[in-house]
Amino acid sequence: MPKLLWREPIETTVITRAREDDATKAPGAGGGAPSGESGATPDTATAPRRPKVRVKTLGDIAGRESGALIVLLVAVGALTLASPDFLTGNNLANLARQVAIFGILAIGQLFVILTGGIDLSVGSILGLAGAVTAQLLVAGMPIVPAILIGIIVGGVLGLANGLLITRFKLPPFIATLGMLGIARGIVLVITNANTIQGLPEGFQTIANGSLLGIPNLLIIFVIITAIAWFVLGRTVFGRYVYSVGSNPEAARLAGVPVALVTTAVYVISGVLAAVGGVLLTSRLGAGVPTAGTGFELQAIAACVIGGASLSGARGSAIGAACGALIIGVLNNGGNLLAINASYLQIAIGALILVAVGFDQMNTRNAARG
Amino acid sequence: MKIRKPDGAAVLELTDVSKAFGPVQALSNVSLKLVPGQVHCLAGENGAGKSTLIRVLTGALHRDSGNYDIEGQPVTTATPAALRTAGVQAVYQELSLLPHLSVGENMFMGRLPARSGVVRGGELHSRCRTVLDQLGLDDVSPDTIVERLPAATKQLVEIAKVLTADSVKVIVFDEPTTALTEAESDRLLEQIRRFREQGVAMLYVTHRLEEMFAIGDWVTILRDGGLSQSGPMSDYDENKLITAMVGREVSALYPDEARELGPARLSVRGLRRTDDSPPVDFDARAGEILGIGGLLGSGRSELLLSVFGSEPIVDGEIKIDGETVKPNGPRSMMSSGVALLTEDRKVLGLLPELSIRENVTIASLRSGSRKGLLPGKGQAAAADQLLDSLRLRAGSYDQPVSTLSGGNQQKVLLARWLLTEPKVIMFDEPTKGIDVGAKGELYDVINDLARRGLAVIVVSSYLPELLGLSDRVLVLRDEEIAGELPAGASEEDVLRLASGGVVEPEHPDHLHGIPGLLHDPHFNPVIHQNIEKVPNA
Repeated sequence: MPKLLWREPIETTVITRAREDDATKAPGAGGGAPSGESGATPDTATAPRRPKVRVKTLGDIAGRESGALIVLLVAVGALTLASPDFLTGNNLANLARQVAIFGILAIGQLFVILTGGIDLSVGSILGLAGAVTAQLLVAGMPIVPAILIGIIVGGVLGLANGLLITRFKLPPFIATLGMLGIARGIVLVITNANTIQGLPEGFQTIANGSLLGIPNLLIIFVIITAIAWFVLGRTVFGRYVYSVGSNPEAARLAGVPVALVTTAVYVISGVLAAVGGVLLTSRLGAGVPTAGTGFELQAIAACVIGGASLSGARGSAIGAACGALIIGVLNNGGNLLAINASYLQIAIGALILVAVGFDQMNTRNAARG
Repeated sequence: MKIRKPDGAAVLELTDVSKAFGPVQALSNVSLKLVPGQVHCLAGENGAGKSTLIRVLTGALHRDSGNYDIEGQPVTTATPAALRTAGVQAVYQELSLLPHLSVGENMFMGRLPARSGVVRGGELHSRCRTVLDQLGLDDVSPDTIVERLPAATKQLVEIAKVLTADSVKVIVFDEPTTALTEAESDRLLEQIRRFREQGVAMLYVTHRLEEMFAIGDWVTILRDGGLSQSGPMSDYDENKLITAMVGREVSALYPDEARELGPARLSVRGLRRTDDSPPVDFDARAGEILGIGGLLGSGRSELLLSVFGSEPIVDGEIKIDGETVKPNGPRSMMSSGVALLTEDRKVLGLLPELSIRENVTIASLRSGSRKGLLPGKGQAAAADQLLDSLRLRAGSYDQPVSTLSGGNQQKVLLARWLLTEPKVIMFDEPTKGIDVGAKGELYDVINDLARRGLAVIVVSSYLPELLGLSDRVLVLRDEEIAGELPAGASEEDVLRLASGGVVEPEHPDHLHGIPGLLHDPHFNPVIHQNIEKVPNA
């Protein structure tokens, strides 16, 4: 769905100009206007002379995530009309709390997906980090060190994923599938499959409190998204992430430290999963051993709906955040309109298929030139 | 008369066949006549049109014009399936067996004997047995999994697969001995002689000249997509054959100018890739273009990759400007000032999802970056300037690199490495798949780099290019430097060094002077050979 909306050249600005297909023309002269149009390639001298049509699409302006943005706006608009309860401060704060943890997970997952990998272990890492933090708190450890240790646990498991993939050459799917089982098993062992209760009040306010009326969870989510957006778009590391996803062997031959970058994205994913785990524990006020079960698929779905390609190198932090918001808004709207949750699941499943289907179609069309 | 046709009734005849790929004329007015009981060799340099001709013959490609007759009847539907039914079988250099299935399943893949969808194992087994025995493969069980077989046996199973067809009138062998050792090749040639006695018409393509003399009855030589000569094998000796294959002036495409040679910028001593590979020593001097030639699989690309630190080495010393560097990986060699433009742009060069500018700057990000942030406008401007000076033709440098043509993609990769300000730049098949216009520009750039004092190394299978560009040519054979040729050496010299010196056709003992050429997995015969060489413009 997203790609159809933004790639179709229907938007307001239409720049059409006939251009001489001059073989010796110095390029860069038209470098002012950004162009995402693959068709507008003046080829070598053998190409037939034909006028070139440049169409500016929304995709040029807002980037790849614009499709998800539009879907999100449409969904919000429709729900505002359909339910008077939707656009109330209370409901929005509620929505934000529901989405934030998924969103943070999706951002971590995005880093991995951009390198062409996948991290199935985030749900289990979330559960483990949350349980570890809860147990340490119950044992009397101060809040900050307990949280840090929980996050370090996530980072270490992410590092283990990364090393399994880069050193032992396991396929990411397998390495993280194994970690999914291992981490969940450890949670059940250390908690004896019991919920850990009696967390300090101060810890519970982290996720349940708010600042100037904005839920803390939303603030954390926005900050993490902004950092991820900056890292992916403005740093050398971010560019390396895209290059590894595009063609790892070519990236290696261009001097990109591929193994290091690959390991790093799994560490990032593990750390963000642990952050999600700590926040979920704080929100629930208890360490739940089964917390996070199935979250990995939600995180992957958010990335995909937000325009990320599972084959790597395509996607953005804003897109992943929008993807998480879309899922959250649909769930929230379904509740408000008293739609059977089973139907919502069908709708979200269909949304994934449509989003990826259109993406494939666009890729094929682009390849055909 | 240089072009003669064999006598006798043709089982298969192509007349005035032409085929073009876009602007490149891969075949023009080529005729070929195959008669029963004769081995017809097809010779020509890389890109002369051999593979295209074979693919037209087997139906994998549609000819643009010309006639195709089998036993005097025009072929109406030239599809691979129809031609197989008509009795035209092919054994390819790339093994087309499915490695995880058994010999029997492979031989009958697509038409397994079955009743209501259930494979009849007994019948499969006995039918395979018959064919395998016929080929002298008594020790191979039809139930063996293909990947457990040695290379030569696989090649023979490939032939066995061909023989299970209902009708075998013509067999095309496309470089069947590339992956085989000497003894294994002998066994294969023996089999071909048996086919000859049975009256099968055969078309045999090989890079090994001695094999042609050993097995061939007739030879047709292609050059630049056209027919050069055709006649009985006995009319030819090695020199005549090579002259007929090459026979062309080196065109003025190559800038010719004297350059000041400086001290050695790259020196390689005792480089060995594996424990049993021979040590390689060479120097590349400032201002010099050093060519490296050799047959497919002689280790040219591997040599460049190991100098670049991409392939592990067991031993050896590499010095850049007199300082020893350890080839730990591309990253460290890059910072020491070595650049490598790889042969396979799609697999080893381009980042297709990234923009042109991002592709150019990827190797220089680290040196231009402060505190891990992307380098500022300065580097992008430098990249743009390089692309401008290389006359890259693109609508915008922000568009994905995958939208460019081959020549322009090559320029993007060249700009990537120039931006790193290298001291030594290595080109592996720089003009593969590039049209003539872009080729000339690339030659100018290569020459210009040498003039600016870089050491330039060029690997090329296309001999006119190799000789036209280089000041000095090293010829590799079996990973070893077989010899060094000065500027002005002839293509015959290179071919002779590359294929193992003088071979006398009278002495079959000297057969297969080139043991075990390795098969290059990146080599795509069709695209490579046909687009690489363009008739001189």
